[in-house]
Amino acid sequence: MTPRVVFPNKILPYLLLAPQLAITLIFFYWPASQALYQSMLREDPFGLKTQFVWFANFRKVLADPNYVNSLYVTVVFSVATTVVAMAVALLLAVMADKVVRGRGIYRTLLIWPYAVAPAIAGMLWLFLFNPSIGSLSYALRAMGIAWDPLLNGNQAMVLVVAAAAWKQISYNFLFFVAGLQAIPRTLIEAAAIDGAGETKRFWTIVFPLLAPTTFFLLVINTTYAFFDTFGIIHAVTGGGPGKATETLVYKVYNDGFVNLILGDSAAQSVILMAIVIALTAVQFRYVEKKVHYG
Amino acid sequence: MKINGVAAVTGVAFTLLSTTSSFAVTEISWWHAMTGANNEVVEQLSKEFNESQSDYKVVPVFKGTYPETLNAGIAAFRAKQPPTIMQVFDAGTGTMMAAEGAIKPVADVLAMGDKPFDKSQYLPGIVSYYSKPDGTMLSFPYNSSSPILYYNKDIFQKAGLDVDNPPKTWNEVWEAARKIKSSGAAPCGFTSTWLTWIHTENFAAWNDYQWGTNENGIADLNVELKINAEPFVKHFQALADLAKDGTFKYGGRTSEAKQVFLAGECGLFTESSGGLGDVVKSGMNFGTGMLPYDTESQNMIPGGASLWVFGGKSDEEYKAVAAFFNFLSQTDIQARLHQVSGYLPVTLAAYEKTKADGFYEKNPAREIPIKQMMGKAPTENSKGVRLANLPQVRDILNEEYEKMLAGDQTAQQALDNAAQRGNKAIQEALGN
Repeated sequence: MTPRVVFPNKILPYLLLAPQLAITLIFFYWPASQALYQSMLREDPFGLKTQFVWFANFRKVLADPNYVNSLYVTVVFSVATTVVAMAVALLLAVMADKVVRGRGIYRTLLIWPYAVAPAIAGMLWLFLFNPSIGSLSYALRAMGIAWDPLLNGNQAMVLVVAAAAWKQISYNFLFFVAGLQAIPRTLIEAAAIDGAGETKRFWTIVFPLLAPTTFFLLVINTTYAFFDTFGIIHAVTGGGPGKATETLVYKVYNDGFVNLILGDSAAQSVILMAIVIALTAVQFRYVEKKVHYG
Repeated sequence: MKINGVAAVTGVAFTLLSTTSSFAVTEISWWHAMTGANNEVVEQLSKEFNESQSDYKVVPVFKGTYPETLNAGIAAFRAKQPPTIMQVFDAGTGTMMAAEGAIKPVADVLAMGDKPFDKSQYLPGIVSYYSKPDGTMLSFPYNSSSPILYYNKDIFQKAGLDVDNPPKTWNEVWEAARKIKSSGAAPCGFTSTWLTWIHTENFAAWNDYQWGTNENGIADLNVELKINAEPFVKHFQALADLAKDGTFKYGGRTSEAKQVFLAGECGLFTESSGGLGDVVKSGMNFGTGMLPYDTESQNMIPGGASLWVFGGKSDEEYKAVAAFFNFLSQTDIQARLHQVSGYLPVTLAAYEKTKADGFYEKNPAREIPIKQMMGKAPTENSKGVRLANLPQVRDILNEEYEKMLAGDQTAQQALDNAAQRGNKAIQEALGN
């Protein structure tokens, strides 16, 4: 359908593309190929003795019960973070959409947490819920809850999920508000005239029409939970207690930079790279199509 | 125009001259992990050394936490840009020793200096920890410490415990901790930093228990952990039992528990002698004692950090390093370092001087770590612990301890798992 534009000049398009290609090559393909190469090496931390082992590191990583555990932790963490962040954001967006007076102020305040750096967000939550000095842990204990995320793995997970979700709510809120504004008023008014209540209107009209936004956010939030939450986990739990909050990304860091097992760490990051590529492919294949269906 | 040109030429010449004049000075970089007051000491020492002579210049660079500094050094080595001197923590010692091609033994460096190197003037326990099995000194001890017992005198008083006599054995500690908890003097009886360093490695050395084979790795890095033996199980089961009702409170894997003790939550506390400064600063009415033992005390292994010299540098740079280490070894400097920072002195002369000055009469806590380290001639269980991957093995232990303290497993299970996982990691690190 779209008219095909043809460049008469054969070289100019490549010249115009060159800067972008150079950046991609230097900042993506080069490090990625290095990671791939390193993932097939087994060497000491200083790189004094190097041995090429083909895919032995991958076999070792995938057979490691701790890797399987961190995969499980990542799934639990990502699903929980995504669901919480999106559900709360949707609720807030629907509520903020109804507010007539001071709408701008509500929105501004709700968007603020997005500007907080992950490590800082982690520290804020850590201070609130630290079993010794946290003000909210006093409240929890006063309610009879034995709050100790330093030893209780489930509580530690709740804490990092809360911190990670809290930070992402603003972003989701922004998109849901925009999505809500794009829904034609006439549809909702027509349904109201037909006697549909508020809940019914939401589930039959608003929610389905928000589907493209929701799907887009689902991909974005999953990617966020997978890769951008390192700072929060590093600041709040450091992957502990035990290995209760050690996600895939955290394990890459821990094995590579703390334990200095570079081959294993590189193999894990190559696996992660494959996951990112898959997620991005899904996003391009489905989201791009569905978002612009109107 | 002409005048301007001349001025420009003079200016350029001047700049050139001033830069070339600095060529005569050999600069050496010193990567370290010291923060706060300890960072000021590093800066101060470098400044004093630079002002004391005009041939060499030490440039200290802060590189983050201990593990971060080690990793920065390793990354720099791989990029062929290593610093001259790097501070490496006790747990990283094995990693550095395994990298023979990357480092230059301090004994060789000191031999290149103006002064002959006399090993006998250094504290034997510390020097042997940083030496190869054949006695070659590999790194220069900078800040050494050992764990001691701290107790809150106000809490002791409230609980009806003897304020002047802290518990000497672990059984006495458990008893005192229970009394503190049951009397309501404090919400918790006992807490500790570093369960790995204090309650595993030093616990073994101090009681003369075997931690691992091959003299805990001192004789050879191929070690099999023996930490699931009966004395360890008994010790950790006691901790796990006390943790159930909060008599023992876990603070975290490294120094986090210090905050718990400083907040007055717990009556008894085991922590590095290097933590003394913060306890003093808090204004708490506290007392100190030797680290408790089971039945009889042996000697303790040095913790803290030492300075390593990278290989592949010029002779001039090594001469500069030798001059700097000789400067650090001076009795006055060592005595001051020891008295100000709480680190152990590196030389015997500095220890004797501090003693002669009557410093320990006023500050008895400062002598405890030295007495602990020099207590008895070390056995093969108490020379030290060394692995190619000690930080990783400590992490494994921490994970199992946390599961144990959460009540998910017994001490026997935790230590069996820790030994099994640790042994596997040790073999992998050795490339077997």
